[in-house]
Amino acid sequence: MKNLPRYIMAIAVLFLASLFLFPIWRITLIAPQYPDGVTMQIHINKIGGDSPGTLQNINILNHYVGMKYIEPESIPELKYFPWVITALILLGVIAIGINKPAFYYGWGIIMILVAIAGIYDFYLWEYDYGHNLSANAPIKIPGASFQPPLIGKKDIINFTALSYPSLGGILAGASILLALFAGRLSKKYS
Amino acid sequence: MKRTIKIPILFSLVMAGILVMGCNSTGEQNSQTGLLSNDAAQQVYVAPGEYDDYYAFMSGGFSGQVTVHGLPSGRLFKTIPVFSVDGEKGYGFNEETKPMLNTSRGFVPWDDSHHPELSQTKGKTDGRWLFINGNNTPRIARLDLSVFETVEIIEIPNSGGNHSSPFTTENTEYVVAGTRFSVPYPQADVAINSYKENFKGMLTYVSVGNEGEMDIAFQILLPAFDYDLAHSGKGKSHGWTFFTTYNTEQKSTLLEVTASQNDKDFIAAINWKKAEEYIQQGNYKEVPAKWAHNVYDEHTHMATSEINDKVKVLIPSECPGLVYFLPTPKSPHGVDVDPSGEYIVGNGKLSADLTVHSFTKMEEAIANESFETEISGIPVLKFEEVVAGTVKEAGLGPLHTEFDGKGNAYTSFFISSEVVKWKVGTWEVLDRAQSYYSVGHIMIPGGDSAEPEGEYLVSLNKITKDRYLPTGPELCHSAQLYDISGDKMKLLLDFPTMGEPHYAQGISADRIIPNVKKFYPIEENQHPYRAMGEKDTRVEREGKEVHVYMTTIRSHFSPDNIEGIKVGDKVYFHVTNLEQDWDVPHGFAVMGANNAELLIMGGQTETFLWEPKEVGVIPFYCTDFCSALHQEMQGYIRVSPANSSIALKWGLGEEEPVQ
Ligand SMILES: [Cu+2]
Repeated sequence: MKNLPRYIMAIAVLFLASLFLFPIWRITLIAPQYPDGVTMQIHINKIGGDSPGTLQNINILNHYVGMKYIEPESIPELKYFPWVITALILLGVIAIGINKPAFYYGWGIIMILVAIAGIYDFYLWEYDYGHNLSANAPIKIPGASFQPPLIGKKDIINFTALSYPSLGGILAGASILLALFAGRLSKKYS
Repeated sequence: MKRTIKIPILFSLVMAGILVMGCNSTGEQNSQTGLLSNDAAQQVYVAPGEYDDYYAFMSGGFSGQVTVHGLPSGRLFKTIPVFSVDGEKGYGFNEETKPMLNTSRGFVPWDDSHHPELSQTKGKTDGRWLFINGNNTPRIARLDLSVFETVEIIEIPNSGGNHSSPFTTENTEYVVAGTRFSVPYPQADVAINSYKENFKGMLTYVSVGNEGEMDIAFQILLPAFDYDLAHSGKGKSHGWTFFTTYNTEQKSTLLEVTASQNDKDFIAAINWKKAEEYIQQGNYKEVPAKWAHNVYDEHTHMATSEINDKVKVLIPSECPGLVYFLPTPKSPHGVDVDPSGEYIVGNGKLSADLTVHSFTKMEEAIANESFETEISGIPVLKFEEVVAGTVKEAGLGPLHTEFDGKGNAYTSFFISSEVVKWKVGTWEVLDRAQSYYSVGHIMIPGGDSAEPEGEYLVSLNKITKDRYLPTGPELCHSAQLYDISGDKMKLLLDFPTMGEPHYAQGISADRIIPNVKKFYPIEENQHPYRAMGEKDTRVEREGKEVHVYMTTIRSHFSPDNIEGIKVGDKVYFHVTNLEQDWDVPHGFAVMGANNAELLIMGGQTETFLWEPKEVGVIPFYCTDFCSALHQEMQGYIRVSPANSSIALKWGLGEEEPVQ
């Protein structure tokens, strides 16, 4: 039974590592002429969509109101975030080796802090895209904000925007709960 | 409305036809309309935003094109240009598609398209391709049903009108062609009244490869009859094709009388598996013949045309077992094979009866050598030895038969203007329904395949007279939709059609929808003059030729200002549509250009040739309302005198647009 926390933590680390395969967050735009919606998938190292043309299609929509083009090459987070995740995975592996409650808890708390920082950073980007509009925008709508919701659903002119964690993000969230659970179990067995 | 016909001679048939057509007075028509109860309306009602159950592909007849409709609504979705130029899509006008209409006689911008035929696998329509014949300048086209575009056209040499075509074999091994008008073989300057000595009829087998690619596998040289229609066998008769003939009298003038004298003409039964053996053995003649083969490449977005110079010809007298003639009354038009492959229906258009041959009996007659005579080395089987039965006094002027897969057949009668349902095997007439007016072909989805989807029947009518709001001397042709799911046919709807729909094909929508492409992936674009992004756009001069590498994206052209063009230049605008979304084509049109617009799909490159003749500043614009800023999607070209020293210059805006 002593090794049970280790197994749970191993699952937590695998869940976190899934961020290299699955997107962390998704934003979907729905309008009558886009019956299937336009879904942008944010990965830790790239921004994609349901089809290779998604980002171009979102940029085309955005340019009517003067929003900046989303250019993954110019977003530094996409370059260093994979390293942050790699470091967290290594820390998790160390915690498994040591198998002490404090290390499981500690890892969980670091994860929570990283998540908060990440969400705040995401908010800043969203704010910038939604408010920093070109003065030459073909369509100007006084008072309108084009900032997508941090999480949940919001109407932005003719679109409904949905912002939710994607599979990788859900698994990464679950890894925090698993780490805290591993900490609790290891305390019980020690 | 039962009729009996005692003296089936031509004159009385025609008189009866006139009488019957005259009978379709408004009184009867109104009572028929009155029968259209609400449930008929509900049966054809497809609510806004919902899909039809079936695709219907209709030939455009003398328009040369194919139209795509939905059933049961009858709604028109698309006209696919095939054999005729189409300004709407730039087909035959842009540089990429001009080669599609090339022939051994040069660029032929029009044809008469008759019989669409879906590709089949194991006798079942598979939704990959649609084939259609060009009747006037003999050709067969292949349409790719993932993009609903014409992708290949092959010319049929040694032929004088490709009517009995394309009618696929069970696994689309071949599509066939047969000459409606026999012509001198080889073509020569001979007296027309030397028809019997110098003219020949030619049948052609066009092989179809795994990717759909067509090639002329072989031709079969036959007597100078008119080869009218065809259908290939299926199931037990797989390996055979049946062609109807008329003018077995071999006349070349006033055919309406001279070619209607024989009581029986023939159905030519071709054993194409045997033909393959003879080809393999080298038992053929290679003869010179010029024919064009045009292929559109989905990656270069360009068609190429090559002219071939020979074909393999099989001579029946040297190839025993290849061809047999089945005597069939009288000037048979359509020949239709039932889903089992056993019954071969000869629709004797000047007869009151329908003749049905048995494939099994035909095989026995061949084995027993029950031959009546021989024509040019081709055995004529004894009529009594091959006939399975006749549908007696079913109507006047039978043309075509389709099957519902439930043991019933449906035959169109042109003169008596009706569709008649009868039972395969007992030959009894079960039901009849008027058509408004003068039905030619009929179509049941899969109705000429081994697996009909017998829910609806569409009749394709030649005459509409008073059926619609009048439009002057020229009136539309029409299609009428019948519910055939019950014992009695029920007229549900009639709707106008383009040109003259001869034959049509129908197929469950779910056999097509999964393959439909939404745009062309830009990374697969191999057009030699593509521009993969706005960074690639430029203008290059090579002497008097100017190449503009242009892109479109909502909502601008790049470049949209061009200077340095001179009078006498040949300006090629190679326009790449960078869009990667469904339903975002852009158009391109130049004031005063002597051709048509471009209509470019997402990921595609098309080329527009423009030869400016006078100085000035000429606007161009996008013709397809693509976005909220579509009206802003425009540009200018400055044309200077031929001797001007103004340098080439191009550009787009002051700010950087979407890349
Ligand atoms: Cu446009």
